[in-house]
Amino acid sequence: MNGGPMEPRPILEEDLHAYVDDALDASRRRQVQAYLDQHPEAARQVKAYAAQRQHLRAVLAPIAEEPLPPSLNLARMVQAHEQRERRDEHLPRPPWGWRMAAGVVFALGLGTSAGWFLRGHLPGDGDTGIAALAQEATHSYAVYASDTERPVEMGPTQRTELVDWISARLGRKVAIPDLGADGYHFIGGRLVMTAHGPAGLFMYQDADGTRLTLTVRPMAVDQDTPLMRPINGPVGGYAWADRGLGYGMVGASKAEVLHPLADEMRRQIGVSLRG
Amino acid sequence: MNDLLLVVEPLIPALRRYARALLRDREIADELVQDCLERVISRWGQRRNADDTRQWVFAILHNLAINRLRQRTRRGLHLAMEDIDEADLSTPAPQEHSVTHSELMRALDLLPEEQRAVLLLVSVEDMSYADAAKTLDIPIGTVMSRLSRARQRVHRMLDGVDPMPSTSVPDIDNPTRPALRRLK
Repeated sequence: MNGGPMEPRPILEEDLHAYVDDALDASRRRQVQAYLDQHPEAARQVKAYAAQRQHLRAVLAPIAEEPLPPSLNLARMVQAHEQRERRDEHLPRPPWGWRMAAGVVFALGLGTSAGWFLRGHLPGDGDTGIAALAQEATHSYAVYASDTERPVEMGPTQRTELVDWISARLGRKVAIPDLGADGYHFIGGRLVMTAHGPAGLFMYQDADGTRLTLTVRPMAVDQDTPLMRPINGPVGGYAWADRGLGYGMVGASKAEVLHPLADEMRRQIGVSLRG
Repeated sequence: MNDLLLVVEPLIPALRRYARALLRDREIADELVQDCLERVISRWGQRRNADDTRQWVFAILHNLAINRLRQRTRRGLHLAMEDIDEADLSTPAPQEHSVTHSELMRALDLLPEEQRAVLLLVSVEDMSYADAAKTLDIPIGTVMSRLSRARQRVHRMLDGVDPMPSTSVPDIDNPTRPALRRLK
């Protein structure tokens, strides 16, 4: 502090960009202007960047002026969403642990010895339909999502092989939804055993390491239940069936977080399997 | 949901512009915007701060677009440069521009996607540096350095200092990016 007039802060390259983008306050702008007046090379650069900015805007402006296609009619999309919500609210939601006598009989008929063994030991396992699937999905989550060593058998780079493997074992084409845009990255999957035969297990993880699993297997009953049944318990999730394949999504988050994720999975699977 | 329509509908033209400039494919871009709007509708209640809606919506779209670009890269496909609307490219450049629109768009395509995103949000979508940082979920210093590199690169390419490659050349900043074919 020599008491002389304060030197202006040095000009940063960032200031030149902020000058081009008109993002400087008035006093800094004057300082940058004064600098440019004395430095023709920097002034030329700033002029070129400003021209580039203008040019880019001019080239891309017409896109924003095009009339919107019907697929981007937001009012209609909101309306469709509200209709779906209303329909979902009116349908009954059986509580978790719900049993169906006919289902048990059916399962006895089907049961292999391995199936039998498990059925006797899994608490609350008493249905073959969507409720059983929900429970199996919860068990698979409990076993594999907590595994720090080897939660999956095939990683994200082997996605295609995994799809082929699971599709071959289930005898049905399966699809792996992409939740990257929701912050959940696909980390791989494996084949798992359920009381109703083999199932595919796909796992996702967010930046905090929170995991989410999707269990998929063919459905002998409840082949098409587009309504998602909430899975309640220590972990949450949703189960649904679509064209003979049942899906159970499980995660340790609240319903508000899981519901849109399940919606998104259901939507993507619908798109990719229907083509 | 009424506020959703009021706030989000006016953003749609800009969302389309951003998606199309990033992906350079009208159909895929519009598909992504539709996807983005569906997510906005189903998560409207989860927004933390109503003042950030624009960044929140752009962030959803940006993440969808980046995923799409990465899928394209994973599958080793070339960007469909030939599919670009000829009308967009053949528009005569205004007098003050010494480079043509197609040259500018090619230079834009040759930028690594993260630099392109910053350049578009700031220069075209008029986002402040802070808003761009929020949208892309990166520090503001990273926004500044990407913006600076993007402008330098585009300038050098268009000025002929750094001639645009005439054949497929891997991008040195981002070796996983697919090589681009030259426009005819």
